[in-house]
Amino acid sequence: MAAVQTSSEKLVNRFAIAAVFFALIVMLAPIYWIVSTSVKPRNLATTVPPTIAFEPTVAPYVKTFVRRSQLRGPVPDEEYAAAPWWEQLVLDGGEKVVKTRGGAVRSSGFGPRFKNSLIVATVSTFFAVAMGTLTAYGFSRFRVAGKDDWLFFILSTRMLPPVVVAIPMFLMYRVVGLNDTHLGLIILYTAFNLSFSVWIMKGFIDEIPREYEEAALVDGYTRMQAFFKIVLPEAMTGIAATAVFCFITAWNEYAFALIMTNRNAQTAPPFIPSQIGSGLPDWTVIAASTTMFLIPVAIFTFLLRNHLLRGMSFGAIRK
Amino acid sequence: MADKILTSLDPKSQAAARGWSDLTIRNAFIIPTVAFLIIFNIFPLLYSLGYSFTDFRASTSAPANWVGLQNYRELLADDFIWRNFTITAKYVIISVTGQVFVGFGLAMLLNRDIPFKGLITTLLLLPMMLSMAVVGLFWKLLYDPSFGIINYALGLGKFEWLADPDMALYAIAITDIWMWSPFVMLLSLAGLSAVPKHLYEAAEIDRAGTFYTFFRITLPLVLPILMIAIIFRTMEAFKTFDLAYIMASQPTTELISIRLYKMAFLEWQTGKSSAFAYIVLVMVVAITNIYVKYLNKVKER
Repeated sequence: MAAVQTSSEKLVNRFAIAAVFFALIVMLAPIYWIVSTSVKPRNLATTVPPTIAFEPTVAPYVKTFVRRSQLRGPVPDEEYAAAPWWEQLVLDGGEKVVKTRGGAVRSSGFGPRFKNSLIVATVSTFFAVAMGTLTAYGFSRFRVAGKDDWLFFILSTRMLPPVVVAIPMFLMYRVVGLNDTHLGLIILYTAFNLSFSVWIMKGFIDEIPREYEEAALVDGYTRMQAFFKIVLPEAMTGIAATAVFCFITAWNEYAFALIMTNRNAQTAPPFIPSQIGSGLPDWTVIAASTTMFLIPVAIFTFLLRNHLLRGMSFGAIRK
Repeated sequence: MADKILTSLDPKSQAAARGWSDLTIRNAFIIPTVAFLIIFNIFPLLYSLGYSFTDFRASTSAPANWVGLQNYRELLADDFIWRNFTITAKYVIISVTGQVFVGFGLAMLLNRDIPFKGLITTLLLLPMMLSMAVVGLFWKLLYDPSFGIINYALGLGKFEWLADPDMALYAIAITDIWMWSPFVMLLSLAGLSAVPKHLYEAAEIDRAGTFYTFFRITLPLVLPILMIAIIFRTMEAFKTFDLAYIMASQPTTELISIRLYKMAFLEWQTGKSSAFAYIVLVMVVAITNIYVKYLNKVKER
């Protein structure tokens, strides 16, 4: 562009900057609202008009993890004083923590679901990235008959609608007893992420000059040594970015988890909406579980910021 | 030279003299993945192809009876199924059009020197990384007619977003636009930044108008990448399940995936739903084909 801006160009630029900031506010407002609801006292969460300024509380986060029941009468002062701070927070809201006869706090079910999400996403990411990297190397460096067709086949498996795959998988899992198990979900997520991992890793490996390996081979390395000692370290950034993408996909997945799991292996995405239940939902609790679920994704998005374009376009567009 | 050593699968090659041969390594690296995908994606589909010709119900122990093409005939003659397709088409058009306008518009605004541009872009991209199911859930709170922040911010009073059968599909599409415009923006930005600056300078010297510059320079050069975004989003919107299933449960928001889910896992018409799944599958494969053609085209540039 011209070095000297005319006054009309300056005006256009100023307008654009203002518009960008306005868009930023609109795009982030829903996220801000859910996070702010997660630290609201329950009676301020659903006011008309909406409450914007309030004193934050961590009560919703405590309530997310424990099973609660409605208080029937006032709590005796000494009992209140004897309770730990987090139990007092629940009592302040007119509810009490449900305990077993032995005095142990009962779980609401969110904790185990969160753990299931972590297990399933981590293990499936590991397998998808490991297998994907090897396969990508194979396609990148060796002659394969009908290479493009194989790569298309691999990509096409990702495009299948989850519900379409879920119908036969559900029936097959029932036969072998994999319904509602971690392993069943891990297999599905690995298969789902594998195609992505192959495509994206192929792009990263294509960029590593072949001369590096050639030099290693000349130095007396075997092909496997060259792969592990030369190619893998060079591909580390790509592997990390791919892993984060796979993790986010598995972490966020809903349809398979809804169909294939119900209690034992259920992940957080089907569980969080089920908290609405019947009657008046406690939106502060839903907001708290949602916020905890979104935090890892938000952190990962920042770590991934330079690879987002490449990841979202299956490696077709590189910067 | 290097190319020759590295791609030849000659068992007597330099590297093969030590350790595994290239052929063995290639097969060991590729075959497990292909086998895995065949076992867990293609085999299940063949399995359900068999069921699509039966009246099998997974909820009973009654054996499956062969019914031939009856499931397919019934589905294609069913007016309700066609309504699901119409709803889905409408949803795809509204949400993808919205995403293209908002996303491309944002990219045009961002394609200049702006303070904290990197940070702003990353923040704008956040919605598309979130879980559809969870996004659907918290947009229900935003859309609430009495205490929702949207009605309050826009001064709409008690406007019903999700409870009104005519409005619900639009409400879901708006959420989808919020979530996926950043994706179109991301790809458009890549396209815009690749437009050579000298073209704009030449246009300026020729005193070309803003309008002319946009339609004759910017748009044609960005179009291939924009097409990738459009086809990809079309495919994803066509498959939408989570968002619509969580946000509303009206007949007017029953997308194909939702109908399929209900038929298979709530009504337990396993045979018929397998046939339905196949009809959907053929459509998805068709769109995928177009998509991959474009991907390869852009890659070659």
